[in-house]
Amino acid sequence: MEQEYVLITDFCTSHDIETHFILQLYDNGLVDIVLKENTYYLPVKQLPKAEKIVRLYSELEINLEGIEVITQLLNRIEKMQAEIIYLKNKLDLYE
Amino acid sequence: MKFIDYYKVLGLTKSAKPSDIKKAYRKLARKYHPDVNPNDKEAEKKFQEINEANEVLSDPEKRKKYDKYGKDWQHAEEFEKAKASQQSAYGRSRREGYSQNYGAHDFSDFFESMFGGATADFSRQRTTRFRGQDFNAELKLHLRDVYTTHKQTLTVNGKNIRITVPAGIENGQTIKISGHGGPGQQGGPKGDLYITFSIINNTPFKRDGNNLYTTVNLDLYKALLGGEITVNTFDGQVKLNVKPETQNGSQVKLKGKGFPIYKKNNAFGDLYITYNIVTPKKLTEKEKALIKELAALRNN
Repeated sequence: MEQEYVLITDFCTSHDIETHFILQLYDNGLVDIVLKENTYYLPVKQLPKAEKIVRLYSELEINLEGIEVITQLLNRIEKMQAEIIYLKNKLDLYE
Repeated sequence: MKFIDYYKVLGLTKSAKPSDIKKAYRKLARKYHPDVNPNDKEAEKKFQEINEANEVLSDPEKRKKYDKYGKDWQHAEEFEKAKASQQSAYGRSRREGYSQNYGAHDFSDFFESMFGGATADFSRQRTTRFRGQDFNAELKLHLRDVYTTHKQTLTVNGKNIRITVPAGIENGQTIKISGHGGPGQQGGPKGDLYITFSIINNTPFKRDGNNLYTTVNLDLYKALLGGEITVNTFDGQVKLNVKPETQNGSQVKLKGKGFPIYKKNNAFGDLYITYNIVTPKKLTEKEKALIKELAALRNN
């Protein structure tokens, strides 16, 4: 069966970050985590999102508040890009 | 191979201090990082350039070599070759391994020729990821291709992948092929492959979602008196009854003759036909006389 959860400690060791950072992300609603028998896990589906945040934090030195703003704006960009594709396809009707 | 002015890439002069380099690099990396510029190929290219410039200028050894040979980097190559021949076998194999591990292919030919591939800060961090890197690819298909579900073979990073393209896929739509991205690290899962479809339409049909639109020329007399015509649909010809006194620009709907609905078996959109009434040309004297008679009849 495919692995569904990753131990937060494994994730943090792998990315060289503090466990506290992931818990902060959870507190701010940026990632979902799961508590099972007193151990925190990160759902595998959340990994791309969590890794992107870690890159913003460690590679670009952006703090949590900045990450929150960026994440919101990226979500808006994603929605707008989908809308642009939809409108472009609609526009083809009149060309 | 083109010479790359790494100082210019970072907006610096040759006298820049290490702190200036770090500062300039951080500023540009924040601007062009792929994570903050999704689906922006220009930003991705720019990010690679600044990454490469930083790789060279932030390393005192590399910067020294770059400053020394600069535009005459070909001489540096010769210099390196001579130097390499004196090195031990251990030294060579170690350097090669280093380059392979950290994906030197992300750098320009100029960089490779001068430094033989190296590790960028970001590349190094990538290798420690738990999950493999996601890959993005674009697949160009014709509208006719996506009318039916079919198989396609793609080559991604030298590996052939056979995928099923479901009928009815939209232009600009992205699908995820799980586990076909980069390999995971430390036993982690592979990344995913994202394929964005670019659908080229060179048919007489316009598409809006699942519906198709086309224009059909209609003879004036058939428009006036009604009758049967044969029209082209996406999957063949059908016979259509034209109502008497059909107006120019009027539309009829052929239910279920549109495009397949994505991931819904045997479900189709509709085909909308717009009539373009064509008036006859080069009228004979007799025709003109009869039409005048008709006009007079209508005006009375």
